[in-house]
Amino acid sequence: MEMMSGAAMVVRALKDAGVEHVFGYPGGAVLDIYDALFAQDDVKHVLVRHEQAAAHMADGYARSTGKTGTVLVTSGPGATNTLTGIATAYMDSIPMVILSGQVPSMHIGEDAFQETDMVGCSRPIVKHSFLVKRAEDIPTAIAKAYYIANSGRPGPVVVDLPKDIVNIQESHPYHYPEHIHMRSYNPTVKGHGKQIRKAVALLAKAKRPVLYVGGGAIASGADGLVTELAEMLNAPVTCTLMGLGAFSGVHPQFVGMLGMHGTLEANKTMHNADCILALGARFDDRVTNNVEKFCPHATIVHVDIDPASISKTVNAHVPVVGSVDTVVTQVIEHLRNEDLSRQQELLADWWKQIEQWRGRQCLSYQKDSEQIKPQQVIEALYKHTNGDAFVSSDVGQHQMFAALYYPFAKPRRWINSGGLGTMGFGLPAAMGVQFAHPDATSVVVTGDGSIQMNIQELSTCLQYDLPIKVISLNNRALGMVRQWQDMIYKGRHSHSYMDSMPDFVKLAEAYGHVGIKVEHPDQLDEAMKRCFEHKDRLVFMDIAIDQNEHVYPMQIKYGAMDDMRLSKTERT
Amino acid sequence: MRRIISVLMENEPGALSRIVGLFSQRGFNVDSLCVAPTDDASLSRLTIVSHGDDKVIEQITKQVNKLVDVLRVTDLTEGQHVERELMLIKVATRTEQARAEVKRNVDIFRGQVVDVHANNYTIQLTGASDKLDAFSSTIAQYTDIIESSRTGVCGLARGEKALRP
Ligand SMILES: Cc1ncc(C[n+]2csc(CCOP(=O)(O)OP(=O)(O)O)c2C)c(N)n1
Repeated sequence: MEMMSGAAMVVRALKDAGVEHVFGYPGGAVLDIYDALFAQDDVKHVLVRHEQAAAHMADGYARSTGKTGTVLVTSGPGATNTLTGIATAYMDSIPMVILSGQVPSMHIGEDAFQETDMVGCSRPIVKHSFLVKRAEDIPTAIAKAYYIANSGRPGPVVVDLPKDIVNIQESHPYHYPEHIHMRSYNPTVKGHGKQIRKAVALLAKAKRPVLYVGGGAIASGADGLVTELAEMLNAPVTCTLMGLGAFSGVHPQFVGMLGMHGTLEANKTMHNADCILALGARFDDRVTNNVEKFCPHATIVHVDIDPASISKTVNAHVPVVGSVDTVVTQVIEHLRNEDLSRQQELLADWWKQIEQWRGRQCLSYQKDSEQIKPQQVIEALYKHTNGDAFVSSDVGQHQMFAALYYPFAKPRRWINSGGLGTMGFGLPAAMGVQFAHPDATSVVVTGDGSIQMNIQELSTCLQYDLPIKVISLNNRALGMVRQWQDMIYKGRHSHSYMDSMPDFVKLAEAYGHVGIKVEHPDQLDEAMKRCFEHKDRLVFMDIAIDQNEHVYPMQIKYGAMDDMRLSKTERT
Repeated sequence: MRRIISVLMENEPGALSRIVGLFSQRGFNVDSLCVAPTDDASLSRLTIVSHGDDKVIEQITKQVNKLVDVLRVTDLTEGQHVERELMLIKVATRTEQARAEVKRNVDIFRGQVVDVHANNYTIQLTGASDKLDAFSSTIAQYTDIIESSRTGVCGLARGEKALRP
């Protein structure tokens, strides 16, 4: 057996796990590992400027590829700085492995310098964690971490490595397990036959069906299958914020995103459906609105790989535990035995109704304003990227505008923090995307508040020549907060404005990038064109938008799914 | 409703804290918790008494089952089962009368006096939790309870049913 130090084992095990990029930041407890990284070229390390951003980069990398993202940080502050990033990945079921340094074993519990109980701190926001006690255990711990992170319902896994076990002065036998078997961990992938038959019977006779598609469809690579199923059934499809791209946003059967800021037609379709097929979605409160009033006419079939997601908030009539791709394959096979030749005819009334809802054009906005409208910026972005960019987003109004006005035709193109809603996610996520897809267009849609939460990463972008396009919708305010204050707090804008905004163009330039300021609607198109002409440069677009624009539609609190405001004055 | 949830899990450091953390994180109730390694030392068996409606209990079993260290979870109260709890209770026995009453009740409840001191007795009592409750409230009528310690419930399903890896 090959002999090597614990530090060398860490790096070698990463290579054996298929890791190409590690996002990290050095410090005392991981210096041995950094020394081992120095000696090789297989695993590329990306030096970030803040550990939170390292986690978001690994996250963006994972979301855009389906591969597991990797983070390496030192003990104490290095480790705790990643927590927001870990929680973000956890809420959205993103595969990630976080290697954190730890004080030497003999000092654990002594409040040693830069000691924090990382396994304890991260416990509620990880899928699993390991505190490795012996160097010989490093390869197995790392192999298990990658296996757990990217199987079943994916999620982040922490591997805490005390400094003494990675000591470069000592050698130990290296053995990387070919195969991982854990008696306590066996996710169910295939749907139960009886449940599948029940689901098929319901779908085949539904008069007002809808497919409600979430992030699980993307995680399992089921986009093609979902499309096949939807077309067989001639059913309308809605995607969650996390599911956008699992079904093409330009497909005629797509009724838009659902939920708090969903389209009117999506929420109406859900509310009036007689059968809902939920695929890898979790009936989150930002979707259901008041669960008591949720979809009163519907029989619900809920497909999810995580049994705990089923009937957690909304009761499922037909629960199906399994991964979306496998279950949809099973459903399609059974449906082939059904006579679906009259689907067009059978659902004609349903589609007629849906067309009426569509006719209300809930996404229309004022196009002849003196000021730039945020919707208009996203439409221009769509045009100049041919609808084919990787779009990462921060959190706020701009996020909702991007989700609503940039239809995604493919999965893994829309990268946003859905579950945790982490401001500061966008820029580092777009960087992770760019590392994974060096030749693709990686854009971040952000706001003046969010961008300042991880703006230091502009420096990392220069170091690694990342030609990201930052589309900053500058409304001189924490727009989403301000919108709620307008709506609920009679316009009392308590601490939701930014009094001393930096000059973002100069800031971008100071970091070595290109900055473009846009202030009038008639400059927008030309500025956007210039932005994307800079193929090899990061461009920061500081776009002054109308401060008073609200995101609509918006569900009315405590109401049913389809109780919505359509503008400042209209309601459903 | 009161439920007894039995969990078979890897006897690994950190496994217990994950279960306990899960309960507090998700706002589930823990009335008692009892844990120790099993006949197979690589496994630990944990019994939690909780209460909640069916929906909550379903979430508890599902969420516990989801933990990577957990092999099996069952709600013992769903079927026939045996449950036991052990209590050690120290009571004042300063007077002859108190000593006599304590002794009499210990016999009725089939407990044992396991330690004797000039001023107090320590009694060991095993049984279902309500029996231990009954003993405590009965004895309190005759003398002072100085301290008591209970293990929390542990239990097994009756008959063929078993929680095996
Ligand atoms: C880390 C973090 N802190 C606070 C919030 C609460 N929050 C949600 S949206 C928002 C305002 C975002 O402002 P900005 O980034 O400028 O975007 P806008 O809404 O103006 O488009 C805030 C403060 C959050 N989501 N994340």
